[in-house]
Amino acid sequence: MMNVSQNDEILQVKDLKMYFPITRGLLRRKVGDIKAVDEVTFSIKKHETLGLVGESGCGKTTTGRCVLRLYQPTSGSIIFDGIDISKVPERKIKSHRRDMGAIFQDPFGSLNPRQSAGSIVGDPLKVHNMASDAELKDRVIELFRIVGLDPSMMDRVPHEFSGGQRQRIGIARALACSPSLIICDEPISALDVSIQAQIINLLEELQEKLGLTYLFIAHDLAVVQHISDRVAVMYLGRIMELTDSTELYENPLHPYTKALLSAIPIPDPVAERTRTRIVLKGEVPSPVNPPSGCHFHPRCSLAIKECAQVRPPLRDVGNGHYVSCIRV
Amino acid sequence: MALLEVEGLKTYFHTEYGLVKAVDGVSFQVNRGEILGLVGESGCGKSVSILSVMQLIPIPPGEIVAGKVMFDGQDLVKYEPNGREMRAIRGSKITMIFQEPMTSLNPVLTISRQLTESLELHLDMDREAAKERAIELLKMVGVPDAARRVDDYPHQFSGGMRQRVMIAMAISCNPMIIFADEPTTAVDVTTQAQLLELMKDLVTRLDTSLVIVTHNLGVVARYAQRIYVMYAGRIIESGLSEDIFEHPRHPYTIGLLNSVPKLGERHGARKLVPIEGLPPNLIQMPPTCAFLARCTHKVKRCQTEPWPAMRAVGDQHYISCFVDIKGK
Repeated sequence: MMNVSQNDEILQVKDLKMYFPITRGLLRRKVGDIKAVDEVTFSIKKHETLGLVGESGCGKTTTGRCVLRLYQPTSGSIIFDGIDISKVPERKIKSHRRDMGAIFQDPFGSLNPRQSAGSIVGDPLKVHNMASDAELKDRVIELFRIVGLDPSMMDRVPHEFSGGQRQRIGIARALACSPSLIICDEPISALDVSIQAQIINLLEELQEKLGLTYLFIAHDLAVVQHISDRVAVMYLGRIMELTDSTELYENPLHPYTKALLSAIPIPDPVAERTRTRIVLKGEVPSPVNPPSGCHFHPRCSLAIKECAQVRPPLRDVGNGHYVSCIRV
Repeated sequence: MALLEVEGLKTYFHTEYGLVKAVDGVSFQVNRGEILGLVGESGCGKSVSILSVMQLIPIPPGEIVAGKVMFDGQDLVKYEPNGREMRAIRGSKITMIFQEPMTSLNPVLTISRQLTESLELHLDMDREAAKERAIELLKMVGVPDAARRVDDYPHQFSGGMRQRVMIAMAISCNPMIIFADEPTTAVDVTTQAQLLELMKDLVTRLDTSLVIVTHNLGVVARYAQRIYVMYAGRIIESGLSEDIFEHPRHPYTIGLLNSVPKLGERHGARKLVPIEGLPPNLIQMPPTCAFLARCTHKVKRCQTEPWPAMRAVGDQHYISCFVDIKGK
């Protein structure tokens, strides 16, 4: 794992910060920052799936949106295919964004209700001038087939499709420009349990067939672990732990990861009886005024005085297992 | 002896598209002091079932067409939904915790007022005693600084804290049964663990029965002793938690369990087996088993005969299926 050369990495995010200003009064005077993403560093290799997991408000979605350059990051670099896209001016970003696709959570809100499914899927091709009118239709038909939709349904509008089918439309749209990287932001959490597996399997098949790379953002650790090669656990804008997905489960090091894993109920009553449960005290603090030092220290059972003073670096403890804790 | 016995409950909705048979012949029982799970996907009728028991179905368009709800020797269906008898039971002997703690609390009333209302109404307490009891209840559900926070409004509470208030309201009049409708779906996983542990401790301490209605198989596996699995308005399998998860016998239950990723499974170790297709349209229900179209175990009989009645396949283990599937 460690001898992989940098060229294999399709995306490198370094010290990414995304602060949202809090303004007050008529003059919109800035009174503080919401530190949604606070120095996040990770990279994704080609054909790999990196899972980004954490509770609501941890900054996982904001990280994904920065990578898509839907937000202009406060600082840090996002190197995609060798170019730092965080520095690319707004008017030139389009051509870089073409190589990235995005799948969103809400299959209702992310599709225009008045546009036909075929036109939704074909839109990216038009925007990027990648197909003539004649080619467009063929490509849309092909995309429909790839995601398991019947091309004869092209002229229907989103509400005529079920939730799972709508998410397939979203996936077809993300694939339209043959991107190399796809940001999947909670792609299955709005779907019913029996439909979720259909979409997970589709994403896995597409990755194999088309050689895609995924940044898979979700709050459901079981799903993330299933689909990801490596997983990064976020808490209050920072990565707490980043490692191979099996390692994360078998040998979690960060106290937050341990608590998160133990909090997830698994559908197996026999195993449940013997599992130890770490119930965290209190709630996630506000990202406006995060705790000093390690963001997790007020809820941590291992915390000592230093934890409130120094920010723990994300350090490699061997075999690409990164952890941000001074107590492990 | 069962505390609550629901028998052949049918709740239909008259809509402009046709008759929706949301609950179509559901029978279940709740025993004293047990934690029961009612699981199924959205639209399977699990919420409508318990709303029918509570007589909270909007009439029209809803209508309880048939069935008995025996509680304490009385048939609740016979009572007027807003009559004296029903009001004496609802919110007192049988209470409910809803999914969305923000919309189920009144935003313009203080927490104190919302808690004391039922105490004054059902337990005949005076204002002062009720308020004292309200503070005590908030302490029981782990709201810090309860004496001060009791005068706050719902918006001043976080999602997890609001759900604690809902729990406090549910236990306030020493209920015999608490129905919890997706109690933790709107909160994060670590908060979910806090709330579920709290609910489990409380019902054990108060010797109350708890019915957890959820789509999350993990939640019921961890907490429920007995489980009912619903599909398309009916219960299709019921049994002890271990039997349902270790030896599921209905093709739908088996399919559901195979379709969810389990925490700790090695990445790439198993491909998920989705249930193909979609749940049936409740307006045009097939005359046969409603799972038939998606079933991989179907036999000839399934296509010609009506939906089979529940039959015993083990001690306390029942399925509604013609087929005998051995093993997992």
